[in-house]
Amino acid sequence: MKKDILICGVGGQGTVLASKIIAASASEAGDPVHSAETIGMAQRGGPVTSHVRIGEGAYSPLIPFGSADMILAFEPAEAVRNLRYLKKDGIVIVNSVPVKPVTESLMPTGYDGTEMTEYLKKKCTCIVIDGEALCRPFGSSRYFNIAILGVAAASGRLGIAKEIVLSEIERRVPAKYIEANKAAFQAGAEIGAQYAVN
Amino acid sequence: MKEYVMGNGAIGLAALAAGVNLVSGYPGTPSSEIVETIAKYPHNGVHVEWSVNEKAAMEVAAAASYSGARTLVTMKQVGLNVASDPLMSLAYVGVKGGMVVVSADDPGPISSQTEQDTRRFAEFARIPVFDPASPEEAYEMIGDAYECSEKHNTPVLFRPTTRVDHAYAAIEHPEHTVPKKYPGFIKDSSKWVIFPRLSFANHAMIEKRNVEIGEEFSAYRFNTVEGGDSEKAVVASGISYSYAKEFLKDHPDVKLIRVATPYPFPESFMKKALTGVKEVLCLEELSPYNEEQIAKLCGRNGILLTIRGKLTGDVPASGELSTNMIEGILQGYLGLPKESDGIDMSDAPKLPVRPPVLCAGCPHRASFYAVKKAMKGRKCYFCGDIGCYTLGNAQPLDMCDTCLCMGAGITMAQGFSWVDKEGIAFAFVGDSTFFASGMTGVVNAVYNNANMILCVLDNSTTAMTGHQPHPGTGRNMMGDIVAKVDIASVLQGIGLTKVVTVNPLNLTEAMGTVRQCADLPGVKAIIFKSPCVAITKPSGRCHVNENCINCGACIREIGCPALIRVDGQTTIDPNLCTGCGLCSQICPVGAIEEVAR
Repeated sequence: MKKDILICGVGGQGTVLASKIIAASASEAGDPVHSAETIGMAQRGGPVTSHVRIGEGAYSPLIPFGSADMILAFEPAEAVRNLRYLKKDGIVIVNSVPVKPVTESLMPTGYDGTEMTEYLKKKCTCIVIDGEALCRPFGSSRYFNIAILGVAAASGRLGIAKEIVLSEIERRVPAKYIEANKAAFQAGAEIGAQYAVN
Repeated sequence: MKEYVMGNGAIGLAALAAGVNLVSGYPGTPSSEIVETIAKYPHNGVHVEWSVNEKAAMEVAAAASYSGARTLVTMKQVGLNVASDPLMSLAYVGVKGGMVVVSADDPGPISSQTEQDTRRFAEFARIPVFDPASPEEAYEMIGDAYECSEKHNTPVLFRPTTRVDHAYAAIEHPEHTVPKKYPGFIKDSSKWVIFPRLSFANHAMIEKRNVEIGEEFSAYRFNTVEGGDSEKAVVASGISYSYAKEFLKDHPDVKLIRVATPYPFPESFMKKALTGVKEVLCLEELSPYNEEQIAKLCGRNGILLTIRGKLTGDVPASGELSTNMIEGILQGYLGLPKESDGIDMSDAPKLPVRPPVLCAGCPHRASFYAVKKAMKGRKCYFCGDIGCYTLGNAQPLDMCDTCLCMGAGITMAQGFSWVDKEGIAFAFVGDSTFFASGMTGVVNAVYNNANMILCVLDNSTTAMTGHQPHPGTGRNMMGDIVAKVDIASVLQGIGLTKVVTVNPLNLTEAMGTVRQCADLPGVKAIIFKSPCVAITKPSGRCHVNENCINCGACIREIGCPALIRVDGQTTIDPNLCTGCGLCSQICPVGAIEEVAR
């Protein structure tokens, strides 16, 4: 299998764990994997991206523009910021809930994410999910990183079996949070199944 | 065993596999995870430490290498400036046990003050340097670097860049590693004591030796020529090589020359590689190092060659490169049609800008705010330093007038106080930075009778680089519980008579202390002590009640990311709030209350 997957969001949303789970799952499925993370100053509320490259022939740790098969966006503007990486027939799975920049309260621009999701719908195949509603039963938006993996895996576009992803989640999440994370993954999977392309 | 690790992890594991005996370093993005990896894996008998700064790390390792032990020293590129004093001399004296100095460069720069190039430092210090292009290569090259170091009795530089440090790959490494056996220090003052006569003799030896190393490097397996025999060739190194390869895999006729050992430059290799070539394009980040080396080589050998790169404006002079930039540059160079990749984004909506900010609940915000409020209307200089608290420069705090390098705020505050006796000079420094290079600056202030206020923002960790322990935390990298070096006692020992420790989250008390110190002569210190919120369980959270008049004072004054407006109403994001309570002390109508989480 050869797939480029880009994960993006805002520092603190848990994108790194999602990227590690995808990379580990692909590796478990027998494919060579490379990935790259944003680390350092940018993590403090800044835009963050993880590039996961599955398969042979990936020399650069970063995905070239127009090559990503899938973008998992934890925030609508971050999806647009990284849309140049998407292949023409690629798919974007995006959280419609905006993260307003801190400067928004001081200097309001009216950013609420809707313009971004509208733009995405116009430009590419995308699955827009309301992360807040999705995570409500689990009591925290922090479960979104696991829920979006459920959407991606069940959509069939990730190219990795749901069971493999789930077992990597179990391996990496602290014991007392496993049940809630499994439930978040399932809730995501139900949405992903509606778009399944198998 | 095979493991999926970060480039920095690969470097750490390779050092263990090479039988390293001593590892020292100072945290700095993008290098920090090397020492952390080694500390995390079984390292029976290997001494691992976060040293107090890079100079200390280099000197600790020097003695071990004199004793025949293998050592690894890690830092970011600006850390190499701090370690340059011992390194320059060590280059003359030499080592016995292999010594590899990792200096991680940061093109962009992404998290650094400069875009300096460690390859230049290698040439300056006359010591070899290795330049890996991927985590896998970094793993293999570390072993080669140790062999080179021991064969030529010289410290060797190893310079990954951010995209190699932070890339992940599966690395096959031995599960059990054994530290090398070493003979111990053999006294010989004609060898280990640097004197002008020794330096003169060794300088000549080093120049002669470097020619030999250049020849060895010419046969080095990672200095490669790929592709066809084209008249137009590409020279690349480090991550730029990986980017070039990503594009050239679809153009196998183009000659791709890769330099993995920039200094001593592998001249014979390059001369041979350039046979039949009329024009080269040098793809490299930071500085036109290879480009200049090739120009010198051609000049000396009468080779007629057009050399393109940064000096000709074909490659940007600053900033990091990417696959896409290199694709564009190569399409232009090779005369290939420019294909548009992916989706046309010309009609994209304006994106929100997200500058990095202090976390919600960060005690630094409270410290800066206390000083700001207490000094309102008075002429002040706010000298910042390196760490999370540099972010105190952002609006609305605007509390960082200068930031130069580690520890500089303390000494710069003194400089301002000498040229403007009316102004009040403040220096803000974090706890780790205080230990790294702040203390001598305080001695300078006391000795020269300066007037200044030192604000130590003590959050009990090295937060910006990933929460490493330091001398004030009572923990070290060997996992030992050790004596805490108490900052207040250090300052009192230096001779400060006014040293006050306050909780910055108690605004009234903190402001009172600032006012009191501002009116005293001499060197005063305020230690703002409150733990980093990123590694502390929140105490509670704050909540806006019905008394809120929506004046927006809380937002305007402190700019905490948890303070937001929803449908015009000021509110607090419960996911972000840590319950620090700073905003509740600012609200003019008492509409913010603390509640349990």
